[in-house]
Amino acid sequence: MPTSTDLLQGTLDLLILQTLALGPMHGWGVAQRIQQVSNDVLQIGQGSLYPGLYRLEYKGWIRAEWGNSENNRRAKFYRLTVAGKKQLESELATWDRLSTAIGLVLGRNAEALS
Amino acid sequence: MIAELFTRLRFFVFRKKAVEVDDELHFHLEQLIAQKLAEGLSPVEARRQALIDFGGVERTREECDRERPGQWVSNFLGDARYALRILRRSPGFAVVAVLTLAVGIGANAIVFGLLDALVLHPLHLPGADGLYAVQQGRDHAASQSYPDYIDLRNRTRAFDGLVTYTMAPVGLNISGRPEQVWLYEASGNYFDVLGIRPYLGRFFHASDEHGPNSAPYIVLSYAYWQSHLQGDPNVVGRNVQLNRFHYTILGVAPPTFRSTEIFFSPALWTPIVNQPQIEGIDLMQSRGARGIWIIGHLRPGVTPAQATADLKNIGAVLSKTYPGDDDGITFSLARPGLLGDMLGSPVRAFVAGLGLLSALILLAACANLGSMFAARATDRSREVALRLALGSTRLRILRQLLTEAILIALGGAALGVALGTTLLRALSAWHPVPNLPINLPVQPDLRTYGVAVLLAVVSGLLFGLVPVRQVLKADPYQGIKAGNAAGSSARRFSPRDLLLALQIAICAVLVTSSLVAVRGMIRSLHSNYGFNPDNALQLNTDLDMGRYTGAQIPVLQRRILDTLSSVPGVTAAAYADRIPLDIGWSDASVFADSTTDYRISNVLTSAMQYAVSPGYFEAASTRLLQGRAFTWNDGKDAPRVAVINRELARRLFGSESKAVGSYFKMWGGTRVQVIGLVEQGKYKTLSEDPQPAVFLPILQSPSSWTWLIVRSPRDPRELAGTVDQALRQLDSGLPFTIDTWNKQLGTALFAARAASLALGVLGGLGAMLAVTGIFGMAAYSVSKRLRELGIRIALGAQPKQVLRAALGRVSTLLALGSAVGIVLGLAATRLLSYIVYQASPRDPLIFAGVVLTMLVLGLVAAWIPAQRALAADPLLLLRQE
Repeated sequence: MPTSTDLLQGTLDLLILQTLALGPMHGWGVAQRIQQVSNDVLQIGQGSLYPGLYRLEYKGWIRAEWGNSENNRRAKFYRLTVAGKKQLESELATWDRLSTAIGLVLGRNAEALS
Repeated sequence: MIAELFTRLRFFVFRKKAVEVDDELHFHLEQLIAQKLAEGLSPVEARRQALIDFGGVERTREECDRERPGQWVSNFLGDARYALRILRRSPGFAVVAVLTLAVGIGANAIVFGLLDALVLHPLHLPGADGLYAVQQGRDHAASQSYPDYIDLRNRTRAFDGLVTYTMAPVGLNISGRPEQVWLYEASGNYFDVLGIRPYLGRFFHASDEHGPNSAPYIVLSYAYWQSHLQGDPNVVGRNVQLNRFHYTILGVAPPTFRSTEIFFSPALWTPIVNQPQIEGIDLMQSRGARGIWIIGHLRPGVTPAQATADLKNIGAVLSKTYPGDDDGITFSLARPGLLGDMLGSPVRAFVAGLGLLSALILLAACANLGSMFAARATDRSREVALRLALGSTRLRILRQLLTEAILIALGGAALGVALGTTLLRALSAWHPVPNLPINLPVQPDLRTYGVAVLLAVVSGLLFGLVPVRQVLKADPYQGIKAGNAAGSSARRFSPRDLLLALQIAICAVLVTSSLVAVRGMIRSLHSNYGFNPDNALQLNTDLDMGRYTGAQIPVLQRRILDTLSSVPGVTAAAYADRIPLDIGWSDASVFADSTTDYRISNVLTSAMQYAVSPGYFEAASTRLLQGRAFTWNDGKDAPRVAVINRELARRLFGSESKAVGSYFKMWGGTRVQVIGLVEQGKYKTLSEDPQPAVFLPILQSPSSWTWLIVRSPRDPRELAGTVDQALRQLDSGLPFTIDTWNKQLGTALFAARAASLALGVLGGLGAMLAVTGIFGMAAYSVSKRLRELGIRIALGAQPKQVLRAALGRVSTLLALGSAVGIVLGLAATRLLSYIVYQASPRDPLIFAGVVLTMLVLGLVAAWIPAQRALAADPLLLLRQE
């Protein structure tokens, strides 16, 4: 099993928002998707996933509804709200600024851009 | 932003059900198992691995919960519920803790109430921030003269308006029976400048004043209107008699307005232009007659410094223009409400001292509770260990302990404030001085409660944090293994011991200062006043109230005196215009015999001045040291003579023996011969330095103010009745008051008495805290070591050895703390000697008293634990475990 990478504080929220931007999804789905897209580097355990989802829901950025899963089980689906979309955009902008800046400091921008 | 707020609010109100999280986690787990199965594992193995991967559910559930807005509220409520349950299990501890804090917080609430009433918000007037009193002279006297007031009012650029006022007793006749009340004679602009609106009718204005005695109007205080006129709204416009002159009631002041002095609430106000009529002597014209007070509003934007400069300029002008009366005069600002700095400085010093002591009490209470909490934390180390083992965080446990502490603190604050409010209410209803509308209006309000709650939270945190280190260090494994008996090392002093020593030291400081105060009080009661108030009645009246004037006054005074002298049992009687140690006094400027220019800077000394009748020294029991006393021959046309006291003799002539027969000069150059020398006495306050005093024959300095002293061995109450009857036969319309001289002295002793009382109470509280602290510590240490003590007894230890083992440390701490406390206390009481008369810290009796008190406190507190230690039964104890 690949070692899980510690996520930067606050990054998890961004990942969840970005994942949910693709469409409504239940918690399991979100975790699976992040793991797949990151080539198994980012594994989100339930211990941080659900507190994260609840936090976003309490902030009003995502909304939860009970529905049926693909294998017809009762599951809770999350989807992005209008406020959540805005939040995602601003967080993406922040992320870009930050990663460019860090990249500049580390001298890796040229490689990253090429 | 708003949307987020509403979302939060929604979740705050409608909580998610706990089962929702569970369902979701369950679904997640099922998906995981399904995945493992798909990877080809057996159902059992898939489930096992999935559970391992999945990890603990409880923690996730808690963390999801923690994300909820307002989660801390329900956490706190949970903690509080748990704390209450725990406290209910040890009610003794809870009760002692709450009481201890109630004492500490109650004392501070009272002091804050006083501070608020006397220093922070002295006068409840509109715009009170810009209100200042104007004082005069180098010694910052509050008293001014009317001509100076007019000049100040007309010349100042710093004040929006200056008002002046003074108080006087009058005979008021509203319903047929004359009665003595106190009134303010106030400048016409008084109410307008202060911004007070009438409750009923109207007030007088500057436009009502048209020269002396031109405005026969009065305004009633709300309290007087309620108590004497039953709040009758028809009083406006009614005609009443004031010292037998006709006056009209204009209106009633609002209930919130008492007066412009904190301690004083007059029954009525009248324009100051009526002063000559009311007091029978015109004090409005003389620039040297200083007896009125001035306050005013600073103009918006004018700083106190600018105002002081403005006053300085005016002082310079007045000094130049009127060298006779105002030579070198200066003016300064003071906070209003306490007669400038005259009462203000001692009052502020007193409140500061009280504040310091009550803070010490609270600190002692916190130290007390801190050690109790530390002891409890030790006892609960097993519970803490168990909770840590079950996955609780240390932070959570600390929060739980703090919640407990703060709950106790709030309970203590509630009780303390309840006690404090009751006491403050009693204090504001207290009238310490007979015949004078003097009291201390302290209204505990929201601020007081706020301060109490704040103190509770702060002190709760303070003592609640004592066991923090213990909790942080707690090792669940050790805790459970060793069980309850996990004792810290017996040799070293723990923080708990230090807390006890600190607390005992603080209590010793309090006990010391209260003993110093009480001893000073006792001494002052037995000191030499220069007169003897025992077996003497004093009557006072102002013949103006009976509308006697001029030559009628001495005649009537003589008739009253003759009437009183003939009352059976009266051994001596005399009258004077004032008596020593009363609230007011008058100063006489004394010049050397060689002086010819009578300006202020040439005054040799000022002396307390008393005009007395023949027989006064005998009636007052003032010893005549040399020469003779006055006779009825020292009348208007006889040569001017005086009797002086030793201090004046020293200042005037350098020695006492040269005094009799020598001359000095008084205001205006009157040459006076000294015919007698009397002993030194107390004139203004008991704690004053020796004051010069001059006694003049009242026939040569007549006054309508009449204080009669009647000396008799008869029962004072019975005698007072006879005297009252005799006086009513002379003039039934003259209001007067009769009291024993000792009661009248309450005025002079008031400050010292109040201070002693306050310090005594604080000392008592300190002693109480010491007892609970020592008791708690001793009881705890005995119960901890009961088994060991039992074994010692079984092995044949003598009671002495058992006691030493059980209480040795407590005694050491007691001795240590007391020693430190006594040293600090003696240092602190040096400050007390400014307030409390004859409070000397270097009194061996006080030292012995404190040592004895602390010893007795220690014995009392350790008695029950000691009994318990001696009764330790080895068999019983061994059977217990």
